[in-house]
Amino acid sequence: MIMTFAAFLGSLELGMIYAVLALGVFLSFRTLNMPDLTVDGSIVTGMAISAVICAGGGNPFLALIGAALGGAAAGLITGLLHTKLKIQAILAGILVMLAAYSVNLRIMGKTPNIPLTKSTTVYKIADGILPPKYAGIVLGLVILIIIIALLYMFLETRLGFVFRATGDNEDMVKACGVSCDNMKLLGLALSNGLVGLAGGLLAQNQAFADINSGTGMMVIGLASVILGEVIFGTKTLMRRLVAASLGAILYRILLAQALYVGMESTDMKLVSAIIVVIALTLGLLGEKSSKLTRFSAKFIKRRVQR
Amino acid sequence: MKNLLEIKDITKVFGEGTVNEKVALNSVSLTLREGDFVTVIGNNGAGKSTLLNCIAGVYAIDKGSIVLDDKDITKLPEHKRARWMGRVFQDPLKGTAFDMTIEENLAIAYYKNRSRGLSPGITSKDRELFREKLSMLEMGLEDKMTQKVKLLSGGQRQALTLFMAAITEPKLLLLDEHTAALDPAAASKVLALTDRCAEDPKLCTLMITHNMKDALKHGNRTILMKDGRIVMDISGEEREQMTVEKLIEKFSIDNDRMLL
Ligand SMILES: Nc1ncnc2c1ncn2[C@@H]1O[C@H](COP(=O)(O)OP(=O)(O)O)[C@@H](O)[C@H]1O
Ligand SMILES: [Mg+2]
Repeated sequence: MIMTFAAFLGSLELGMIYAVLALGVFLSFRTLNMPDLTVDGSIVTGMAISAVICAGGGNPFLALIGAALGGAAAGLITGLLHTKLKIQAILAGILVMLAAYSVNLRIMGKTPNIPLTKSTTVYKIADGILPPKYAGIVLGLVILIIIIALLYMFLETRLGFVFRATGDNEDMVKACGVSCDNMKLLGLALSNGLVGLAGGLLAQNQAFADINSGTGMMVIGLASVILGEVIFGTKTLMRRLVAASLGAILYRILLAQALYVGMESTDMKLVSAIIVVIALTLGLLGEKSSKLTRFSAKFIKRRVQR
Repeated sequence: MKNLLEIKDITKVFGEGTVNEKVALNSVSLTLREGDFVTVIGNNGAGKSTLLNCIAGVYAIDKGSIVLDDKDITKLPEHKRARWMGRVFQDPLKGTAFDMTIEENLAIAYYKNRSRGLSPGITSKDRELFREKLSMLEMGLEDKMTQKVKLLSGGQRQALTLFMAAITEPKLLLLDEHTAALDPAAASKVLALTDRCAEDPKLCTLMITHNMKDALKHGNRTILMKDGRIVMDISGEEREQMTVEKLIEKFSIDNDRMLL
């Protein structure tokens, strides 16, 4: 059974948003080479801020900027815990994720769920301008392209160069006169800023924010990055950014397809985990034998195209 | 010549108060003059790397002071001292960002003492300069500038790292057994390059080596470390008369690894 065209469009629309999440995760996990678990918290921070502003009748675009800033703040705190207080990166992320739950609840006015059905969102604005069937996809695509372009330009600056080198080799970065701590602070703020933005978009897209919807987001982001790497390659910087985005979109399509082969919507977390394991295995094989991966990648590509 | 680096009585203890307490540097004093090229030898664990790391600011010292060009740098963090120092490590992986290209690595080193703002990471003018300078290494690196560093051999990487360390003409060049991991041919190539880097323009250089012959052949002064102290410091006439055999005899060095 193949999913319907409408379902396919739906997963494309969601995929654009998850691509922003994947780019955020790419910055911390790949560029900084740092396992950052803040994501599950900062994405909800983005949702909460976005939902509160929209529900209060505020400008939904400003709501997105607020969401990004909120996520960046969470990332910055993780960074400070890690660099100044020398707490391990993983633990620092977990601590902030934990604390973010309470903070997010406060942002949401102590209700676990904020509906946006009656509020103006960027998606509703887009629906008014473009044919509603494609409006969400186009909006997401425009935002995604802007982010990839900005990110690419940043990573090609002098600052971007040392930022990228930090994940490769901290000794070299220090020997070149740059504080690795500052690079990590910058990176975690940027990364979680993107995650927060993804959360903000998600809340407006599904027209609600839920305090519990952060669970597993980091894993989804990472799986998208790895899926993208395995299938679309890592040759150049631009290729890597596009690959992470395409990985996220592909991930949504796989998930939607799973529904059509008889999985229940309550099984989705299980399906997520399975996709992650497959993606990780392919990534692992990629390190061991690029030949085998290329084969499986070709296989998957054919599957996806069909 | 004027004094460039003045190390006074520095002490570094690792794991103080534990069973593993180790006095890696014991009241070491050393003065380098401008243009000095000092080779450092000594047994494993003598404290050579620790000395270099303390100068570079990797470790905070427990006692003493370090003055570079009349500026007290004892308390400065590693990345702030880096503007005056170029470093090459023993491990060829440690000096470069492996997943970035040669020219990107060079650009990072090249802009060491300038603002790291949002201007382009590398310009076509930089590329031209890098190409021209790289071709002087005669390693063919100028034709591989857009290749990722992870594809280079150990010797090529060390040459590149050395080149990156020297490109900003730092006051001090710190080399920690930077040829030890290379095969003999690559090692001698990198050593020859080291001589050139240290000579033109004259960079004050501190080079640790496990090879006593090299230690006497390169530079103008040799120090020997033992148990966290400098136990010999020779230059000029005295150094010219020195031979590997005499060194071994004088300081009863284990000669398993150090002889050749
Ligand atoms: N980071 C460290 N922590 C604990 N002990 C160290 C550390 N670095 C060096 N040491 C100890 O200090 C002593 C001197 O080491 P080192 O300076 O590396 O010697 P070498 O002359 O071989 O370069 C050794 O006994 C070593 O075990
Ligand atoms: Mg050593």
